[in-house]
Amino acid sequence: MKFDTVIIGGGLAGMACGIRIAEAGRSCAIVSQGQSAIHFSSGSFDLLGRMPDGREVTDPIAGITELEQTSQEHPYAVMGAERCLKYAQRVPELLRTSGISVLGDCRKNHYRVTPMGRSKATWLTIDGYLTEQEPGKLPFEKVCIVNVEGFLDFYPEFIAEEFRKYGVACCFETINFPDLEHIRKNPSEMRSANVARVFDHEKNLDALADKIRKVVPECDAVIVPAIIGINRNDSLGLLKSKIDIPLYLLPTLPPSIPGIKAQQTLQQCFRALGGEYFLGDTVRSADLENGRVKQVYTVNHGNIPFEADHFVLATGSFFSEGLVATPDRIVEPVFGADTVYASSRTEWYTLRFFDKQNYQAFGVKTDSALHVVKEGSSIDNLYCAGAGLVGFHPVQEGCGAGISLLSALYVADQILNSK
Amino acid sequence: MNIQQNTVSENNFEQCIKCTICTVYCPVAAVNPDYPGPKQAGPDGERLRLKRPDFFDSALKYCMNCKRCEVACPSNVRIGDIIQSARIKYGPKRNTSLRNYVLANTDLVGSLATPFAPIVNTAVALKPVRFMMDKVMAIDHRRIFPKYAHGTFTSWYKKHAAEAQAAFPKQVSYFHGCYVNYNNPQLGKDLIRIMNAAGYGVRLLDKEKCCGVALISNGLYNQAKRQAETNLASIRTAVNENDLDVIATSSTCTFTIRDEYPHLLSLKNDDVRDRVELATRYLYRLIQSGKVSFKFKEAEPIRVAYHTPCHMEKMGWSYYSIELLRMIPGVEVIVLDSQCCGIAGTYGFKKENYRTSQDVGEPLFRQIEASGADLVATDCETCKWQIEMSTTKPCENPLTIFASRLA
Repeated sequence: MKFDTVIIGGGLAGMACGIRIAEAGRSCAIVSQGQSAIHFSSGSFDLLGRMPDGREVTDPIAGITELEQTSQEHPYAVMGAERCLKYAQRVPELLRTSGISVLGDCRKNHYRVTPMGRSKATWLTIDGYLTEQEPGKLPFEKVCIVNVEGFLDFYPEFIAEEFRKYGVACCFETINFPDLEHIRKNPSEMRSANVARVFDHEKNLDALADKIRKVVPECDAVIVPAIIGINRNDSLGLLKSKIDIPLYLLPTLPPSIPGIKAQQTLQQCFRALGGEYFLGDTVRSADLENGRVKQVYTVNHGNIPFEADHFVLATGSFFSEGLVATPDRIVEPVFGADTVYASSRTEWYTLRFFDKQNYQAFGVKTDSALHVVKEGSSIDNLYCAGAGLVGFHPVQEGCGAGISLLSALYVADQILNSK
Repeated sequence: MNIQQNTVSENNFEQCIKCTICTVYCPVAAVNPDYPGPKQAGPDGERLRLKRPDFFDSALKYCMNCKRCEVACPSNVRIGDIIQSARIKYGPKRNTSLRNYVLANTDLVGSLATPFAPIVNTAVALKPVRFMMDKVMAIDHRRIFPKYAHGTFTSWYKKHAAEAQAAFPKQVSYFHGCYVNYNNPQLGKDLIRIMNAAGYGVRLLDKEKCCGVALISNGLYNQAKRQAETNLASIRTAVNENDLDVIATSSTCTFTIRDEYPHLLSLKNDDVRDRVELATRYLYRLIQSGKVSFKFKEAEPIRVAYHTPCHMEKMGWSYYSIELLRMIPGVEVIVLDSQCCGIAGTYGFKKENYRTSQDVGEPLFRQIEASGADLVATDCETCKWQIEMSTTKPCENPLTIFASRLA
């Protein structure tokens, strides 16, 4: 099989890169080992929420400019603030044309509300989700939090506890009807995807709307867990049209409906542009010739290799096995690329789970153009994008999605500018 | 003693981090809450079963063995294999249902039916007969049976083709499967036509039995193993003694021989596995290597919608069939979203599964109807039956379409 570009990894970075390459008319294949971490999405995309020292960021680009001076290993610093700004400005359009409608500004963070009701700085949020311009500045005074009876992954009391701190009065409603009774026969799998399928039926949206209408006189807004619209695009619009107070979605614990939807939307967009998406396959080895990658071999395709002029390593971090920890080393399993990590294992982690963990900043060594480095030399047709890069803490800094998207666009541009 | 060697599962179940992505993509869990879902039925349940076998849950029978959970898993856990292995290891040891025996023994039933095909086909289409089968055997009366051919593919081959095929200097072996033998010999003939046009003669294996997929899903494991051993012996003769590749026209037969034999029946096949492949992949490779090209005739433009069968999705090979279709002048190819059609071999024939089966397939049927396609193409025979029964479109193997447009 011969392509212009083969991308290894079908998460946010792989797909953003693939969409850019495919829309420029180049032939592109994505090989992905299973579904990606987008399935745990919050409904928002972060660019930079905090500096490495913990300070809050209000203007992510200003933060990135500072990183350029203070944290030279950070992927944003490697790409440079000017480039980051350029690519950050392109992202909303890329998501929108793919079918994911988002709002936000790379020069000013807004706040998303977590499944626990806390405010977190973020960059872009999918339409329909609850956001705030300042932490705790909620767009209502009395809100009704609706939940589905028996749904395991949404906690109205926790949310209310946070909201009350900001003087918002909360009331609760639970909803139940025969189709929900039906899926409750399997209590352990009463999870967002199964619940959302029920609400893709209009009669069930009607039942939900009826319930909400009953609480209208007492409340000025209503919150519903993100269980609306898994297979249909119009479910949220339909629901909103049936009620006359504002309705906001709040993310649930995984699997995340906005994540599933985003994954499917990006994948469909990539395919519609002529891209080939190979799901459930693992790249197991590569042929290198004269310092270039010639072709890669996968488990499924065996003796038929994927040949290409350009390759992108977007296999992610530890979760997706883009990085593998052995007792004493951090390994990149596809190319055996050079990796950056602390030499003593005791420095890899702390025993306090929620603390900053050093292993999260380990990754694949690259040069400033994000070429992968192997045995000290850059491979000039192999790039790394996304979570496998070195030098950042996606959770503490709130920058995982931004790094995936910006590095993907940077790599795509370099591929498109070459022959 | 190497403790780790004895405690690490072959199916990678320790790698499960409970992310639940598999359950999102399980076609059964989406429509039937009696099924606990792949995470619960697979790695979660395995932990309990390892402790005490009586934690085995009979609801595992609702698993269709589509393997879509494995395709979705980010951690490489062989969830489907864990579930099927648990059924083999902990499930009922004897399968006493006459219905399951009849559905699983495709060779026996096919051999009995083909000589009397016109009568059998008419009979199973009659309402009273279907009603009786429903009541007596629990085969759903709404299910339309595939038609049997009047005479098998192998008997035709021996009489009319063997000699001419042997005359080709280059040869390939063909695992035709039950469907070509008893239901659709034309597909076998189409393959021969294509291979001949490429300069290859088509041989049959010394001895071929049903690949056993239906025996495995109906709990007849010992018989499945015996048939698999027969097939592997014939494949070994073809590959090792005669240096012939073995190709098949059914995605499920191919998948079963390559992956289910070692994973579920514990039969080693590494010495021949790479030489057994789907005919569309074999042809793709020949064409890409530049050794072979085909001449097509001018024909009416048609729009073909390709459906990816579950086992094809698991093998990851739909690309080859789609590319072959795209090579045919006048054929516009639409690729349907890869989703289960619901029949899963014999699963959808069973009365207790009929509703689940049709509910699972519903989104696919809708997409097919909306596609504006003249024809659906797929590499699996049972998907074909399901699509033809549940939509208004005819459905063919890509090779049949390919052959029909050869000059």
